[in-house]
Amino acid sequence: MKLYPIRGGIHPEYRKELTSEKAIVALLLPAALYIPLQQHIGAPAEVLVSAGDLVKKGQMIARSQGVISSPQHATSSGRITAVTQVAAPHPSGLPQTTIVLEPDGKDEWADLPEPIADPFTVEPHAIHDRVAQSGIVGMGGAAFPSAVKLNLGTQKKLEVLLLNGAECEPYLTCDDRVMREYPDEIIDGARIMAYALGTPRVLIAIEQNKPQAIETMTRAASAFHGIEVIAVPVQYPMGSERHLVQAITGRETPARKLTADLGVVVHNVATARAVHHAVRFGRPLVSRVVTVSGRAIREPKNILTPIGARIADLVEFCGGFAARPESVVNGGPMMGQPLASLEAPVVKGTSGILALTAEEINNRPTSPCIRCGTCVTICPCGLSPLDMAAFIRKDNLEGAAKLGVMDCVSCGSCSWGCPSHIPLVHYFNYAKGVLRDLENEKRKSDRVKTLAEVRVIRIEKATEAKRAALAARKPAATPAANAGEPKAAPTAEEKADA
Amino acid sequence: MKIPTASGPFTHAYSSVQKTMITVLLALVPATAFNFYLFGLPSILLFTVTVGSCVAIEAGCMALAGKPAKTALSDYSATITGWLLAMSLPPWAPWWIGLLGAIFAIALAKHAFGGLGQNVFNPAMVGRTALLVSFPVVMTAWVMPHPLFSSGAPGLAEAIAITFGGHMPDTVSAASALGYIKTELSRGIPVTQSMAQVPDLMDMALGYRAGSLGETSAILILAGGLFLMAKRIITWHIPLSVMGGLFLMAAIFHAVDPAHFASGTFHLVSGATFLGAFFIATDYVTSPVSKKGQIVFGLGCGMLTWLIRNFAGYPEGMAFAVLLMNGLTPIIDQYTRPRAFGRDSKGEPLPLEKP
Repeated sequence: MKLYPIRGGIHPEYRKELTSEKAIVALLLPAALYIPLQQHIGAPAEVLVSAGDLVKKGQMIARSQGVISSPQHATSSGRITAVTQVAAPHPSGLPQTTIVLEPDGKDEWADLPEPIADPFTVEPHAIHDRVAQSGIVGMGGAAFPSAVKLNLGTQKKLEVLLLNGAECEPYLTCDDRVMREYPDEIIDGARIMAYALGTPRVLIAIEQNKPQAIETMTRAASAFHGIEVIAVPVQYPMGSERHLVQAITGRETPARKLTADLGVVVHNVATARAVHHAVRFGRPLVSRVVTVSGRAIREPKNILTPIGARIADLVEFCGGFAARPESVVNGGPMMGQPLASLEAPVVKGTSGILALTAEEINNRPTSPCIRCGTCVTICPCGLSPLDMAAFIRKDNLEGAAKLGVMDCVSCGSCSWGCPSHIPLVHYFNYAKGVLRDLENEKRKSDRVKTLAEVRVIRIEKATEAKRAALAARKPAATPAANAGEPKAAPTAEEKADA
Repeated sequence: MKIPTASGPFTHAYSSVQKTMITVLLALVPATAFNFYLFGLPSILLFTVTVGSCVAIEAGCMALAGKPAKTALSDYSATITGWLLAMSLPPWAPWWIGLLGAIFAIALAKHAFGGLGQNVFNPAMVGRTALLVSFPVVMTAWVMPHPLFSSGAPGLAEAIAITFGGHMPDTVSAASALGYIKTELSRGIPVTQSMAQVPDLMDMALGYRAGSLGETSAILILAGGLFLMAKRIITWHIPLSVMGGLFLMAAIFHAVDPAHFASGTFHLVSGATFLGAFFIATDYVTSPVSKKGQIVFGLGCGMLTWLIRNFAGYPEGMAFAVLLMNGLTPIIDQYTRPRAFGRDSKGEPLPLEKP
């Protein structure tokens, strides 16, 4: 298949060999599981249990709230000990509402929804409902509710379901291992998703540095018509949705549009496997594979972990730290976020936990920008990072916005390559946050303004109506002379209505 | 574990400003060493004075600004400026030329603008042109090569006298090829005839001729430039467009009127073309950041060099051309920004084509 070039990008040291040959192993059930109500983009789930309740594995313990939301399920059987505030897996380390579950060790499944025996004969919305009910979110890291994305077929004409197995982040090998160990489950999930979306073709993109995954997936896909595995070049950030679509179709998703507008829906490979479990067995998303790696980890591993296990549990399972980590990162080293606390739990979007030494991070003190242009050359979004950073330094966020800072996907390529070690992404994340706040503020004040204006109009209308009624009453003495008058009053009111 | 304070990425390329600068210095070593050999001890003395002054003035400026001087010196940017400035001076020029040039370059062109990364104009070229305009006689007192250890080479005492005592022996001065042709042309002697008197192109490329350290030995400068490209410190965009612009102008006019205009090849190997194309115009700080901008910038440098060499008062135009284009860099940058993903060149979202 002909592939198309993508702009810029980098070739960081991948260091995937730390875990790429480590088969997935299951975590020993921890003493407590911490299941946050918000593990996804959208509204947090609404809690259904309280302290003391006995629950079984797979039982819904918090329900979806709103259109873009996702429910949470008990990830093992046991007793709810509290619904309380626990540190979130977020750089701030701020607490969020979390259900604490003490496993009873039996790991017993609840009564699950009936498997859908033949998913290719049911109505597509039945699959969509099942996925929504099962709490499946994008497992590549963004954690967007998958059911919402599976519904795109009803709004847009879709051509291709693109399964993202690029895994372009260094260190991470969880998708690689899942593809090598469970290819049939992924392919089955993909077929079900394609059916729900109404896409005739399924493409599975895998970076060329995963030859075994490419081979096993190709073999598994060969049994079916319309599924193709594509080996894409090793070039960070190939796994970025828009860039992957460009590499494969040659088409550039316009700003502020979705790849679905081009007829392509992208899902992660692990998400497809979760869909397979939900549809074929009725099992909700209660566990995921997490790569625990980095040179500060004694024995790096790919771990099948129940959602809600503490990051500290995973680290301990890997033999603890071999060296003092300079940073512990949630996700890959390029786009992952620093963790403030090891007490935070693993959530549905956690693809990796990296304990990195200072040597691996290789950061240095920032020196002045020498305008070498490396950031401009490697920006996959075609932006000018040095100019945007210069504006942001002067707190001229407007200027940065004009240069397209909101189009930045924070892939980190510019910071990676900067010889002056300027934390460019940090500048952009700051600017994006502030600009988003300003936007919200503006929307709010606009809304208030509109409401105020509407109120003024309403009051005017009421006075007008009163006056009209008064006027109508006054000339009542001589109705014959003013026969035409009352007709005029409603038209004035109609105007105000309009 | 400490509280995280910055976003990722949590991995970085093994590049640094210091590494970049050291690579550039390395690339300059062969040509410099060869020129030391050609022009002997006075050139080594002048080089030492120039580079030393630049480093000392950098340290002074940093101290004055209340910034740690040590970190600034460890990036070697002042060393490069001094080095390039020394390479653009007549090798037997007196010591104060080096010192004054260093003041112009580091104090005025660099630190007055805010230090590393903030200067609009190439510091070394500001130094050179300021000297050329102020001291035209001293700055054009070229000497023929007096290779080290050869019979005519000045000894240490003589060298000290030349550099520090101002005892320039008058017998040795010579014109550079560009200067010679220009003078001859002003006397009515056509280029076709005066070309017979200049060293042949091979000698010019090798460096056995009068000129500054960086003007002679085009081949070693070229080798250094190619080394920088191989090391990915620079890309082909600026050097090739500088040489392309110069060659194109020269070739066209030479074809039209060979009596007035020297050939493209002559322009390429004479003067500081290679030094300018590979080491001066490519200065990160003062050249555009996008590849498109770099080509525009390079072509401008090349064409202006040719214009100045042929029609202005000075025989060599590279330094002026680069400075003029430096001034245009911000505006070139503004008009050559890459197109953002999913947007047209005006920044509007691309239209949605039907699948």
